[in-house]
Amino acid sequence: MAAMFSQNPLMNGPNYSFNDAPKVNAPEGARQHRFDPYTDNGGSTLAIAGADFTIMAGDTRHTSGYSINSRYYPKVFKIGGTTADQHDANLVLSVVGFAADGEALKERLDAICKMYRYRHGKPMSVKACAQRLSTILYQKRFFPYYVYAILGGLDEEGKGAVYSYDPVGSYEREQCRAGGAAASLIMPFLDNQVNFKNQYVPGSGEGHALQERERKPLSRNEVEVLVKDAFDGAVERHIEVGDGLQMMVITKDGIEEILLPLKKD
Amino acid sequence: MDHRPQAWGRPRDDVYGAYDASYLHDSGPKTATQSPVVTGTSVIGIKFKDGVVIAADNLASYGSLARFNNVKRLRTFLNSSVIGFGGDVSDMQYLDRLLSELAIDETYETDDTPEDDEETTKKTHLNAANLHKYLQKLLYQRRSKFDPLWNQILVAGTDGEGKPFLASVDLRGTAFSSASLATGFGSALAQPIMRRYAETDEQAAKLTREEAVAVVKECMKVLFYRDARSLDRYSIAVVTKAGVELAEEEQLEKQSWAFAERIRGYGTQNV
Repeated sequence: MAAMFSQNPLMNGPNYSFNDAPKVNAPEGARQHRFDPYTDNGGSTLAIAGADFTIMAGDTRHTSGYSINSRYYPKVFKIGGTTADQHDANLVLSVVGFAADGEALKERLDAICKMYRYRHGKPMSVKACAQRLSTILYQKRFFPYYVYAILGGLDEEGKGAVYSYDPVGSYEREQCRAGGAAASLIMPFLDNQVNFKNQYVPGSGEGHALQERERKPLSRNEVEVLVKDAFDGAVERHIEVGDGLQMMVITKDGIEEILLPLKKD
Repeated sequence: MDHRPQAWGRPRDDVYGAYDASYLHDSGPKTATQSPVVTGTSVIGIKFKDGVVIAADNLASYGSLARFNNVKRLRTFLNSSVIGFGGDVSDMQYLDRLLSELAIDETYETDDTPEDDEETTKKTHLNAANLHKYLQKLLYQRRSKFDPLWNQILVAGTDGEGKPFLASVDLRGTAFSSASLATGFGSALAQPIMRRYAETDEQAAKLTREEAVAVVKECMKVLFYRDARSLDRYSIAVVTKAGVELAEEEQLEKQSWAFAERIRGYGTQNV
């Protein structure tokens, strides 16, 4: 009998629980504007792997919109030392994007590396830390850390290693990578100067016969100059980049920190 | 009989009654997140030789209405740090309560026997750097819960080594530090003036207390001239290793509105 008065449009049969339940609790005129938990704090980072070293670099400007909040806000960190001063750290992490997320991510990865060192009695390898960082980022897949991270160190053979990430944890080992506000300005420069893209042996032919310039790892001095040039270029063309250039050079003897001035305008 | 696959295995409404789905989604967005209601405007601060000067006016606005004109937006912590609040006033009062509890816990936990000389006592207390980190973690946690505390905060005091400390944290947990800092309108109006005197920590280390106070007072005046949500009564605090000196009933001095006559291009004047 009840079936006769049913609202079921198909069969004129009984109704079932999968029908849309009325939304009883919807507030009157639900708020349109939502709190935005993210901002972009500008800045740019860069990492280049050499034969037996890795250089990680970042500018030190911190911005909100057109305002400069601070002229010294480091984006490049030593990770996984035994103590807070990181004197025996073997890894370097750079983060750029939303600064608060960057700091939270750095502190989490550092704590994990410290726990690993404590439990295993040895520092974490770059490869292991790289995988772990990917997992950390992916765990927050649906409320991501809004940061472009780069992890640098020396691999098991002592060669320079650079791992780059997107905000949700996709990662890849590379020879070099630029991240952040001026990534699109720096990356093509790096392709040309580190991986010798679009460079050919003069007079080796035309079209497909052209022979590519042979790739060979750069020396530490060359890389340091390259990094400075890349940032000087970025500072000129991007307003969120400037003030200071912080460089971490990772070699088998430890991590050396270099601070150079950039234009402050 | 309904033979559609969606219906397989489902309890029939005519037998069991309609399914009560109310617990599944209390639909609509979460109402936890708000926007600021009663707000305070800029807080400004600058470091000098042996401390920090920090100031904020005594106004709490309700939109464009100057609602409360005797609200103290600077609060001291254990007579060693000062915290300046911009943004939502009720969230400020919540934080104030929280910090008062924290200060009591700190005082109980620290062995404050009379034999202790001043130096060791100060060291074991939470200093401004510790306090700033605490507030940053708190605000970041709240933004991650989508229930932010709608404040821009300056923390002034000394760090673990006794050097002047000034840092900022906002509703998203973004934190940074500089020789001079300003929130809200102050970042556009006061910061350029303060940077003329202390662009870097090295320059700030050459500034005397009197100079720093004069710069801050000048900035408060500029803010009163141009920030429509500001007041000419303000609080100013000087934090040094020796402690906090807080004045909450300061009045802007030597205002000159002569410049107003020369402003052309809008308003009611012709020519």
